[in-house]
Amino acid sequence: MSGPAPPARGFAMPRPGEPGPSAANGTTETGQADPEPVALLAPDATVELGEEQQAQRLSRMLDEFDREFIGLAPVKARVREIAALLLVDRLRQRYGMTSSRPSLHMCFTGSPGTGKTTVATHLGALLRELGYLRKGQLVSVTRDDLVGQYVGHTAPKTKEVLKRAMGGVLLIDEAYYLYRPENERDYGQEAIEILLQFMEANREDLVVILAGYADRMDVFFRSNPGMASRIAHHIDFPDFTLDELMQIAELMLDREQYQLSAAAQAAFREYVALRMAQPRFANARSIRNAIDRMRLRQARRLVAAGGRIGRPDLTTISEADVRASRVFAAAPDEAGQPQAR
Amino acid sequence: MRITQGTFSYLPDLTDEEITAQLQYAVDRGWAVAVEFTDDPHPRNVLWEMWGLPMFGIADAAAGLHEVTACRLAYPEHYIRVSAYDASLGRQTTAVSFIVHRPASEPGFRLDRQEAADRQVRYSLHAYAAGRPSGERYAVDGTGPGG
Repeated sequence: MSGPAPPARGFAMPRPGEPGPSAANGTTETGQADPEPVALLAPDATVELGEEQQAQRLSRMLDEFDREFIGLAPVKARVREIAALLLVDRLRQRYGMTSSRPSLHMCFTGSPGTGKTTVATHLGALLRELGYLRKGQLVSVTRDDLVGQYVGHTAPKTKEVLKRAMGGVLLIDEAYYLYRPENERDYGQEAIEILLQFMEANREDLVVILAGYADRMDVFFRSNPGMASRIAHHIDFPDFTLDELMQIAELMLDREQYQLSAAAQAAFREYVALRMAQPRFANARSIRNAIDRMRLRQARRLVAAGGRIGRPDLTTISEADVRASRVFAAAPDEAGQPQAR
Repeated sequence: MRITQGTFSYLPDLTDEEITAQLQYAVDRGWAVAVEFTDDPHPRNVLWEMWGLPMFGIADAAAGLHEVTACRLAYPEHYIRVSAYDASLGRQTTAVSFIVHRPASEPGFRLDRQEAADRQVRYSLHAYAAGRPSGERYAVDGTGPGG
């Protein structure tokens, strides 16, 4: 082999008289899995909850969670409950009390764009912080990833996905597509059975989250009672209100280092109100798309105008960029609105 | 006679926690973990049967241990080993391979000497277990393998 030698990675044998370079490889890393021996607390001892190092880190994470997600009050409440329960369980263990691991399989129902996937990602990190999950990675799948195309294809495929999700969160988007009652030879049922068995047997290894629209999830659970009973947490994601959507837009623009001029802000509020009444409104996702289109229009305006421009020009989205949207054109009853397109 | 092949084979049998820790080390480095089994203990038998496909893209060692357990249930009287393949450029080789399960009794090997021309002697190893057809070499019924 030519070229520079790759850095040594655990090949070298330790030489006598030298600390072995890979001495850490086997022993310490295996050692980290062992829980450090913690002396049991006396029954009459008390613990200051706020001083627990873990509690502090946790409350920081929960605050961040609250800041980053606008609205979603029922979701936040449930996440706080779960976090509190896991923390209390740890404290109970310090007194030598038994506490069984709670089952955390969940069902997220809500309209598109209400943040189901985003919350699932954060939940993985949060549960890892709480020591419930070892890795906390999110594996997001749909029917295609679980159900095979021919006899005997489904089981290995489903198991493969489940193995990838072990130690983390498995999010099954639009889970009701797994069950197709109109086709009795559909392999979806097989995937559901494997899923059920794995969820039960490996409860401490992964958290399964089913996501989808509320009404169709209801039908799915009614036809799969075993699934419904194995899922302890049913969390409903409410639609965002106009004010919440505006806050979300502000957050998104802030993250992209853009800002709306005062007039554009008012225009965008009108835009969101109009858009909400239209069909196929996908909450935060529609807002993101609208912002992307406004950026396009702003860029076109800047390039067309030419001349010297500075930082404020690049970051500010003007009223005209907002008003140029088709949504305004579709509402001709708004008197006095310039109808660009 | 205890078969010593692969890493750790001079140590006492690894516990499930130790196996998990080794697997986690491999998984953290992005190596693909595979489970293999055989009932032919000959040292030159390097290509064992695969238990499922190698596990690419797993994040947690629990998935590997899950397969090891499943293989143990299916083949309690076989040798089972775990190997991890490092696919990174410049290495591209099996990075670790160790036995995680072995039959209850291992009868060992017979040494055959073959007289050849000019007083040469050729040696070969014959596993006592290999006298039986594959699949029933390490019988569970207690009669033990044939010679």
